[in-house]
Amino acid sequence: MKVLVAVKRVVDYNVKVRVKSDGSGIDAAGVKMSMNPFDEIAVEEAVRLKEKGVATEIVAVSCGLAACGETLRTALAMGADRGVLVESEAELQPLAVAKLLKAVVEKEGAQLVILGKQAIDDDSNQTGQMLAALLGWPQATFASKVEIDAAQARVTREVDGGLETIAVKLPAVITTDLRLNEPRYVTLPNIMKAKKKPLDTLKPEELGVDVSPRLKTLKVAEPPKRGAGVKVPDVATLVARLKTEAKVI
Amino acid sequence: MTALVIAEHDNQVLKPSTLNTLAAALLCDPQVHVLVAGHDCAAVAQAAAQAAGVAKVLCADAPQLADGLAEVVAAQVLALAQAYGHILAPATAFGKNLMPRVAALLDVAQVSDIIHVHGPDTFDRPIYAGNAIATVQSVDPIKVITVRTTGFDPAAATGGAAEVVRVDAVADSGLSSLSGRETTRSERPELTAAKVVVSGGRGLGSKENFEALLVPLADKLGAALGASRAAVDAGYAPNDWQVGQTGKIVAPQLYVAVGISGAIQHLAGMKDSKVIVAINKDEEAPIFGVADYGLVADLFTAVPELVKQL
Repeated sequence: MKVLVAVKRVVDYNVKVRVKSDGSGIDAAGVKMSMNPFDEIAVEEAVRLKEKGVATEIVAVSCGLAACGETLRTALAMGADRGVLVESEAELQPLAVAKLLKAVVEKEGAQLVILGKQAIDDDSNQTGQMLAALLGWPQATFASKVEIDAAQARVTREVDGGLETIAVKLPAVITTDLRLNEPRYVTLPNIMKAKKKPLDTLKPEELGVDVSPRLKTLKVAEPPKRGAGVKVPDVATLVARLKTEAKVI
Repeated sequence: MTALVIAEHDNQVLKPSTLNTLAAALLCDPQVHVLVAGHDCAAVAQAAAQAAGVAKVLCADAPQLADGLAEVVAAQVLALAQAYGHILAPATAFGKNLMPRVAALLDVAQVSDIIHVHGPDTFDRPIYAGNAIATVQSVDPIKVITVRTTGFDPAAATGGAAEVVRVDAVADSGLSSLSGRETTRSERPELTAAKVVVSGGRGLGSKENFEALLVPLADKLGAALGASRAAVDAGYAPNDWQVGQTGKIVAPQLYVAVGISGAIQHLAGMKDSKVIVAINKDEEAPIFGVADYGLVADLFTAVPELVKQL
């Protein structure tokens, strides 16, 4: 079974972003970029499926600037077999990415797509669900455990009340939650090997996809700041101030 | 036009998140319908009909809708969608799972996690773990929206008297089925709706300590229990207690962070709380940067003392 994983290049999760003073966006100049953490979990899960003999080939796909090629190299170093970069200078919103991924899935004949549940930059949590809808496939989102057999995937999902297990027919789309696995570290030999793995570049036009944005960002602002708090010396003072000043207990 | 709110429920009880979503919907359009898609869910439809501001409740009641599976519920929403200018659901696991599927089938964008309505097509939403707020405008004919429940005070649960109309249920998708649920049953208030939240982090050191220290404190305060990602990953607390960018977003009157350092991902989930108390032995911990009251102390002595003095 061919498995496709989608990876996004995002501002590293340790970076505290700054809003540009003109309100046009965030200042990403010179900021460390990494693979979206949820997508690392997706790549790891695909690699484990290959190690178990369930997956035969793993194709990693990224949509965006040429620099997303670096993110694909990371996926290849983790164990993906091939990379596909859908290169575009345009702002790609989740619906457009889902359409691009659909075209690649159909071109590749993949039977399973694994993606992160959410990218930590725009925090949309949409692409996997949209891709499943466009393909007419079932979806198993927020996965914390995945078991694949011939015709279906049994997926345990992290939901608000606890956990839920669903069975979805293959082909299907799975999106990863934090506790699905712990992604492996990439080793230097694997980074070197990844440089030799094939990486193809496509353009949205070649895939026949209109990527025009549907949402216009009017401005980006700093969130309201919390006023500076105080340190209290002991528990008694804390209780007193919660009672008399904050009046919350 | 009219706005359609997709009710979140368990076939018996209308979830409070629906009322926050209703409040946001009423800011988009004064005319709001609610869709209750489920099975043997008449009580939910009645509850929705009593919510203030609801003009009509549509009830699709069939076995294939019982488990809230995205494939069939999305098809149900799609069957009704063309009559509406806005379709909204809470940005909970339920809504996040469902709504992008609806949006893609309608070939429209989704606006995720809105916290403010400027007008029928313009909304604020947090990005980068809440470190920036984007104001976005949708150019699509139907606005598909998920609503961050902490961003909107809930509409009143009573005062309405909407009619309940049965609508035909769509056929089962045949693509997915529910095998089981492990729900954490608790007498405590629901985390996202609680007035007080007591949250624990890695500083607790073990599941046993987490329970031994935080349960009495939560009992004393009538609080819901939450946790940082580190505590959940370490197995101190169940996954659905995780507060943060990719877990639950809470904004209680009082948030007590115990042994939580305050990674930006955690702050994203609780920094809109009215009053934040942090107890941590590391005085440099970032949590103190957002705490109204910080206590630099060993939590193993401070928490029992706090329980005693409350």
